Amino acid sequence: MTTFVTGRDLGLRVCTHCRATVRAIRPAPARCPRCGASIHERKPHSIATTAALIASAALLYVPANLVPVMRMHTFFGEEDDTIMSGVLSLIQQGSWPLALLVFVASIVVPLLKLIVMTWLLLSVVRKSRGSALQRSKLFRLVEFIGRWSMLDVYAISLIVALVQIRSLATIRVGLGALAFGSVVVLTMLAAQSFDERLLWDAKAND
Amino acid sequence: MPDDLPHAVPDPPRRERLPFVWILPALVVVVAAFVVVEQKLAEGPRIDIAFLSADGLEVNKTKIRYKDVDIGDVTDIHVAEDRKKVVVTARMHSDASEYLVADTRFWVVRPRLAGGSVSGLGTLVSGAYISVDVGRSHVKQRAFQGLEVPPIVTADLPGREFVLHADDIGSLSVGSTVFYRHIAAGQVVAYSLDPGGASVTIKIFIDRPYDTFVVPASRFWQASGIDMSIDSEGIKLQTESLTSILEGGIAFQTLPSAARAKAAPAGTAFTLYTDRERAMRQADTEVRTFVLYFKGSLRGLSVGAPVDLRGIPIGEVKSLSVDYERDAGTLRFPVEVDIFPQRIRGRDRHHDHPLGMDETSDVASRALVDSLVAHGMRAELKTGSLLTGQKYVALDFHTEVPPERVGWDSNPAVFPTATGGLDEIQDSLGSIAKKLDRVPFDQMSARLLTTMSRLDDTLKTADKLVRQIDGTIAPQISATLTEAQSAMKNAAAVLGQDAPLQSDLGETLLELSRAARSVSALVDYLERHPESLIRGKPEDPK
Repeated sequence: MTTFVTGRDLGLRVCTHCRATVRAIRPAPARCPRCGASIHERKPHSIATTAALIASAALLYVPANLVPVMRMHTFFGEEDDTIMSGVLSLIQQGSWPLALLVFVASIVVPLLKLIVMTWLLLSVVRKSRGSALQRSKLFRLVEFIGRWSMLDVYAISLIVALVQIRSLATIRVGLGALAFGSVVVLTMLAAQSFDERLLWDAKAND
Repeated sequence: MPDDLPHAVPDPPRRERLPFVWILPALVVVVAAFVVVEQKLAEGPRIDIAFLSADGLEVNKTKIRYKDVDIGDVTDIHVAEDRKKVVVTARMHSDASEYLVADTRFWVVRPRLAGGSVSGLGTLVSGAYISVDVGRSHVKQRAFQGLEVPPIVTADLPGREFVLHADDIGSLSVGSTVFYRHIAAGQVVAYSLDPGGASVTIKIFIDRPYDTFVVPASRFWQASGIDMSIDSEGIKLQTESLTSILEGGIAFQTLPSAARAKAAPAGTAFTLYTDRERAMRQADTEVRTFVLYFKGSLRGLSVGAPVDLRGIPIGEVKSLSVDYERDAGTLRFPVEVDIFPQRIRGRDRHHDHPLGMDETSDVASRALVDSLVAHGMRAELKTGSLLTGQKYVALDFHTEVPPERVGWDSNPAVFPTATGGLDEIQDSLGSIAKKLDRVPFDQMSARLLTTMSRLDDTLKTADKLVRQIDGTIAPQISATLTEAQSAMKNAAAVLGQDAPLQSDLGETLLELSRAARSVSALVDYLERHPESLIRGKPEDPK
């Protein structure tokens, strides 16, 4: 079995800004001798920050799905639409592939992201050692997929801008859209603030 | 290689603290809590409204509106437990809670076509909504009974409500217009059959500026549709307005005598007359009823027909009936008439009140009626219009009637009648017919027949005679005539102007005249010289 060595094992640190590799010193707070940025062994408070962002995203996920994302005021009256009601009306109209796309992109993916991130965090906190590779792959998937979740927000902003026919039809953004957008942004930030190396640290510690 | 690596520069130690990011979930919680609390605060009470059907109502879509402002949303619709109603649950906005009082009314606004108006057209595309009329009560309420028909009058509409009593509803319906001088002044709000079913009570609402014209002496009448009446006064056609022709209506006016009276209080009851004439006529408060027994047929006489005194209506026929007289075993046909004595002004201007106005003058008015009857006043049936055959009762003085008296002892008093007009003609025609009936036409015709045959014989002999004359006498006559003709010619020749006889005669006459002159001279001379008769004519003195 091949053994992998990390910089930490060798007492080395990498400046995350100019990528200069330097020797670690004690006590911990240190700066990069080249660019002067702070040098940390791991991203500082990575777990706490990620946890906070995930928690916020999880909290916002509820109103994002319950509060209307779009308020359509037409000649025929007012209509509020949540993401789920949009999916349902798409199914009613028979365009179920589109409904599936919206459902997956807007409901399943953010939820999966939240679940995956939470699981990864927990695994790091509990220093679980198994399947670090899978976890790492999962994380990369989450990071990649994250940007596509904004599809809904993008569509809504387009529609709102386009459909502004006074008295006949106006569409306004609901609070739900804000919450939804926040969920997506927060999960992305969470993914960013999560230090992937933590996944492997437990393994290296044996 | 790694040995060449530089060392990191030490940094001054920083205090370990909770990362700043943790304020984010706290913020989210606070904002969410704020939004939820605000929504809870904005959420008003939950109310239940019962309707007969939920036609057009949709959960989470149908709004509750007051003066077209949203004040609530329908959150649930379900059938009531007894399955007779549909219960609509609505969540009201918090500021609408004070509208929810005992007499607040709810109704569904749908497109509606009623009478002359179309309403709720906007709901054709926007969908139905529930409208509210906020009551004035202070009693809070959460369960309501919805109206099936929009109320005509909302609580904030200025005006007053009045009650009308009528025999029947005519063509009126809820929403029918009430007119004042042809101006739409109000509407029929409700109507109901009185207990017992004998009459109808109609509630009307008169709008603000017009309600002051409703005074205790106001008269209401049906202006429903076209009022065409054919009576003894001819054909009459009356309408109030084009819409009232379609949907019926009520009109009111105040009697001229009471024009400046105070406005009647809300809820005052009035009688609804069938037509304007009847409404405005009933100014007569005092009524005297008489009964008339006519000999002839009463066909053409109807209840309400006028009783007129030389063309002036002073009363009307109240009822027509048939009485069986058990004692006499005959039928009588009493005609009851109402006479309005107020229409007959007293001659005595000092008192300046119509006859029979006060109770004490009862005896006096009886005496007056007695004296009128003694002077020959009788009631008779007359035909008012030959076209329609309608009759009326005419009061007039008759000179050649047997004396009669008013039957005061019966109630109502019996007023003597006379047969007149067509009845009289009918009677005399009847008697002529009877006389004709008595003529023995059968015998007459038999005799006539024999007479005719004799006449025929006579004519035959006459004919013979004529033929004889023709054969024998006629030629002779002809000869005689030719002779006569020649004789005449001779006469003409003799008598002609240039005939010798003529000139001879002329000369003779001339001679005669000369002779006469001579004789005259002689006589003259003799008169002057009578002695010459003896002595002869003396010699001329020359």
